[in-house]
Amino acid sequence: MLEIKNLQVSINSKQILNGLNLSIKPGELHAIMGPNGSGKSTLANVLSGKSGYEVSGQINFEGKNLKGVPVEERAQKGIFLAFQYPLEIPGVNTNNFLKTSLNSVLKANGKKEVDTLSFLKLVKEKSLELGIDEKFLSRQLNVGFSGGEKKKNEILQMKILDPILSILDETDSGLDIDALKIIAKGVNLSRDKKKSFLVITHYQRLLDYIKPDFVHVLSGGRIIKTGHGELAEELEKTGYTKLN
Amino acid sequence: MKQQELENTKEYKYGFTTDIESIRAPKGLSEEVIKFISRAKKEPKWMLDWRLKAFDRLKKVKEPNWQKPKYPKIDYQDLYYYSAPKSVVDKPKSLDEVDPKLLETYEKLGIPLKEQERLSGVAVDAVFDSVSVATSFKGKLAEKGIIFCPISEAIQKHPELVKKYLGSVIPITDHYFATLNSAVFTDGSFVYIPEGVRCPMELSTYFRINAAQTGQFERTLIIADKGSYVSYLEGCTAPMRDENQLHAANVELIALDDAEIKYSTVQNWYPGDKDGKGGIYNFVTKSGACRGKNSKISWTQVETGSAITWKYPSCILQGDNSVGEFYSIAITNNHQKADTGTKMIHLGKNTKSKIISKGISAGKADNTYRGLVSISKKALNSRNYTQCDSLLMGNKCGAHTVPYIKSKNSSSIVEHEATTSKINEDQLYYCNQRGLNQEEAVGLIVNGFCKEVLQQLPMEFAVEAQKLVGISLEGSVG
Repeated sequence: MLEIKNLQVSINSKQILNGLNLSIKPGELHAIMGPNGSGKSTLANVLSGKSGYEVSGQINFEGKNLKGVPVEERAQKGIFLAFQYPLEIPGVNTNNFLKTSLNSVLKANGKKEVDTLSFLKLVKEKSLELGIDEKFLSRQLNVGFSGGEKKKNEILQMKILDPILSILDETDSGLDIDALKIIAKGVNLSRDKKKSFLVITHYQRLLDYIKPDFVHVLSGGRIIKTGHGELAEELEKTGYTKLN
Repeated sequence: MKQQELENTKEYKYGFTTDIESIRAPKGLSEEVIKFISRAKKEPKWMLDWRLKAFDRLKKVKEPNWQKPKYPKIDYQDLYYYSAPKSVVDKPKSLDEVDPKLLETYEKLGIPLKEQERLSGVAVDAVFDSVSVATSFKGKLAEKGIIFCPISEAIQKHPELVKKYLGSVIPITDHYFATLNSAVFTDGSFVYIPEGVRCPMELSTYFRINAAQTGQFERTLIIADKGSYVSYLEGCTAPMRDENQLHAANVELIALDDAEIKYSTVQNWYPGDKDGKGGIYNFVTKSGACRGKNSKISWTQVETGSAITWKYPSCILQGDNSVGEFYSIAITNNHQKADTGTKMIHLGKNTKSKIISKGISAGKADNTYRGLVSISKKALNSRNYTQCDSLLMGNKCGAHTVPYIKSKNSSSIVEHEATTSKINEDQLYYCNQRGLNQEEAVGLIVNGFCKEVLQQLPMEFAVEAQKLVGISLEGSVG
């Protein structure tokens, strides 16, 4: 599904990722952990196609090189990024945003767009599944949302857009235990043979609820260690410094 | 179609020209031309005298030059002041007799006059260059005593109303363009809502400039008698031409006791090309008088077209407890310029006004909000709230806010808030990541920015206006 080879990324000539390799197969869930400034969010942004980075190396998604593919096309092809800091867009109704977004993705894939009624039905179904109060959907997109609401909104969007690769960029940070469970539920309910996940996190806490197939430690712009669930637990005890 | 033409229509889909035989007044501005117009419209003598009085005045006044957008000197002798399709001169009695070419033109513009009559709840007066070519639903409205017709017809059929109110809000001495319009105005709509009647449908006028080298001098007069209500909307388009064309309108609204007028504009005149060549000079005087107590006038405008837009729809709050509102979206892209805002003149006691202005600049455009809030000595306990928000796209455009506030009593409250922001790259990125392309993303964010104003538009037009907002900014984000 995703094949990253020797990824080098710098921003304003400052090297951030330095020869990163990573391979994610369909159905796998990979967790990336690492200290502050290790390049975790940069990796997420570069995968989504955000501009402003100097990128070399190769990113293949579904067998195709993503070089030069704009953000929206990557999204339409099934890459979803749950933002660490979801943006507020005043005046834009959350439901309306979600519907526009879903229809853009459907249209790009040659599928029939949904009408308002079937969209609302879909939203109701998905929020019920996650245990999210759908009231916030009639408010302006992320405006005045609490940190928890913003993250829940990201996960709901993920459920509705139904991507094949979901990247969660520190979606768990700053969340209380109930919100954390909702996020985990969103991921766990979506897991199947075809869908893959890349979960970026600081803490092992999230991995109590989401069981990763692989855990990678990112440090100094590359993956320095790969293991399974127990690696996360070990990190929690010993910290990152020991690994360097 | 040639490639160039294809590209042009993508930018401005109303830019076509209708090939139709026209009758024109001789070129230039003179007493003879004014007499020609008056004769063509079969006007009574008092109307001609009124025009000539304005023309006399015009010779003594100068064009104003305090506005921000400057423009090359207009040669008023090099313009045509009257142009009418030949087929309309012998005025058709019903829609079936209207020249099919004209009906086709309106259909292309998305205003199917015939279907309009059958399907939707909107009555339309269609003004083509200097004449009204058709008005729908006249009969149905007449049952309630409502008069909705071209102003040229009202001058003949309802002289008592026209004489009483024409020029009563915008006097012929008001300023250069108002005076010019008074001398040479050609067509526009006339609306009278009788006492206690709530107009059962939206009334609208669709202005189209077609002929080259011709100015359009719209004149609209709306009177809401005691306790009545009307919602009115105007739309405007013009062909793409390299020359600049002038649209100098005068619109007067009068609301008597307890009456309410809601006036909406969706202005989409040809804005000129990418390099600023051509486009309409939209120099418009709009003013409403809340003459009666508890009356209300609300202006909503979506200004996306024109090379230069220069207008300040105003409310004169004469009646006690009267209310004036102004909701505006002005979008300028490429080389467009807008200097627009409002005047709220508080004269009566307990009068209230509200101004919400959203200016959006992109490309090399320049956008100015200019507004006056004036509270007189006698306008005790009056209130004004003003909010001006500007949104900039790119770094070559400009946004300016010029509020004038005069308050002559201490029991009144005036509030002014203003913000200027740039469209946020991260917001765009967020939308892109959800599968929206750049233009959809810009459309969405800008529509959000304008929401408070878009909400004010009648349902029938809100969707159309939202689309227009998106289209106007196409190509403005690289």
